Amino acid sequence: MIALAPLAAVGRSTLAMLGTIGSVALYAAITLGHILRPPFYIREFFSALLTIGYFSLPVVGLTTLFTGGALALQIFSGGARFNAESVVPQIVAIGIVRELGPVLTGLMVAGRVSAAIAAEIATMKVTEQLDALVTLSTNPIKYLTVPRVLAATIALPFLAAVGDIIGIMGGYLVGVTRLDFNAAVYLRNTVDFLETADVVSGLVKAAVFGFIVALMGCYHGMNSGRGAQGVGRATTNAVVSSSILILASNYLLTELFF
Amino acid sequence: MIELRDVHKAFGSNRVLRGVNLTIPGGTSMVIIGGSGTGKSVALKSILGLVKPDSGTILLDGEDVAKAERDAFLARFGMLFQGGALFDSLTVWQNVAFRLLRGSLKRPIEEARAIAVEKLRRVGLKPEVADLFPAELSGGMQKRVGLARAIAAEPEIIFFDEPTTGLDPIMAGVINELIREIVTEMGATAMTITHDMSSVRAIADHVAMLHDGVIQWTGPVADMDASGDPYLDQFIHGRAEGPIEAVR
Ligand SMILES: Nc1ncnc2c1ncn2[C@@H]1O[C@H](COP(=O)(O)OP(=O)(O)OP(=O)(O)O)[C@@H](O)[C@H]1O
Ligand SMILES: [Mg+2]
Repeated sequence: MIALAPLAAVGRSTLAMLGTIGSVALYAAITLGHILRPPFYIREFFSALLTIGYFSLPVVGLTTLFTGGALALQIFSGGARFNAESVVPQIVAIGIVRELGPVLTGLMVAGRVSAAIAAEIATMKVTEQLDALVTLSTNPIKYLTVPRVLAATIALPFLAAVGDIIGIMGGYLVGVTRLDFNAAVYLRNTVDFLETADVVSGLVKAAVFGFIVALMGCYHGMNSGRGAQGVGRATTNAVVSSSILILASNYLLTELFF
Repeated sequence: MIELRDVHKAFGSNRVLRGVNLTIPGGTSMVIIGGSGTGKSVALKSILGLVKPDSGTILLDGEDVAKAERDAFLARFGMLFQGGALFDSLTVWQNVAFRLLRGSLKRPIEEARAIAVEKLRRVGLKPEVADLFPAELSGGMQKRVGLARAIAAEPEIIFFDEPTTGLDPIMAGVINELIREIVTEMGATAMTITHDMSSVRAIADHVAMLHDGVIQWTGPVADMDASGDPYLDQFIHGRAEGPIEAVR
């Protein structure tokens, strides 16, 4: 009996995790089902678009700017080992556009937006505002979840595109000022090298990440426990689970586009 | 008419409702009293389907509410929550007019705002508060905004969860009168939870006392003083000694 206790604990948490996966999947399906059916809450959609998209620009811009710069330095020193310093523009472009642009955007938005959504909705639950919505003949999933999920799915590709450009600019600035690249050559190498598929695959990834971020924020908010502690836990869970899901789905999508 | 038949509800091991039977005739005012934590709010939420009872049936005009069409069912109700439950992201008037700004009862914005301001006046709030956010109001003002929201769309059945707690005696009197008016003039059915015995006498046609998960006593408000029920007597006179233990 005692020897089996650790195994039982593992089994219990595995079952709990499978249960959560099931209920998240169900929640996603319900949300998708509501997207096409009226009523549509246009105002909520645009205000979500503003908070999720527009107000995330500084965070995304700064993150990708520094990462692009660091990437250029690393590739330069790596490339120097087999006399291939000149590949910096191409590798920076590929690395940012296909991988780091969307992933960093997704992770930063997960920290910023997913947490904010979870905290807001969990507080609404704790203070009975979700119940109040229902008594006012308004479906909380339609009114709260659908606008946020739609807005994030649409906003993230744009954010990632901006992140791509700023990230490449970070690499360019470092390349030109620190690594003695010719400015025109750096830019031409970047532009000539990138293919449409590189950009599109990155943006598709970003859209998926946007869906994940908003969905996890809403899911954990609506399923939060009672009291301030419930709100705190919902926020943490939203950030952790959306970050993990972003990285996992990033791998799967990369395999898909490979 | 609302009927609760043998309604049970437990949260884990906490058996809150243990067979509640109660009938609220249409167009009358029922007041529910009972100790703190006895499940009065849970009973109201069960009728609205916000809390799913474990067993028992709840009928509205003879129809099982669990099988009713949700939208049409909820459109008949208004509810004031114990904590107000105002939407923090909307202004006071947008809260009050929530139903009038979307869905089947949608009106032009100016009209919705005018109705909201009129309802605010009825709960004793000046038009100036209409553009404030709930966080900028005092507790009692928030309560009254919640009340205005509950009555804004003139529903046929209205639930008030402690409408006068946190209000000064004069404002409490205004609210008592308003609830009475809504029932007698508009013919609405009201169900009110309150701890304030003067509210009970001002609002109620019938009184029901919830204790230990069941309706301990119910009857017309006029019979309340001569009920001979020791639980009810202790409760309405606020005595520390009696069959109801002080520590629960
Ligand atoms: N969602 C919930 N989850 C777990 N327990 C709950 C929940 N809602 C209510 N309870 C429990 O049910 C019991 C009754 O709660 P309820 O809010 O109905 O009391 P009440 O009679 O309205 O009290 P008060 O007069 O203080 O408002 C309490 O013990 C409470 O802890
Ligand atoms: Mg209560």
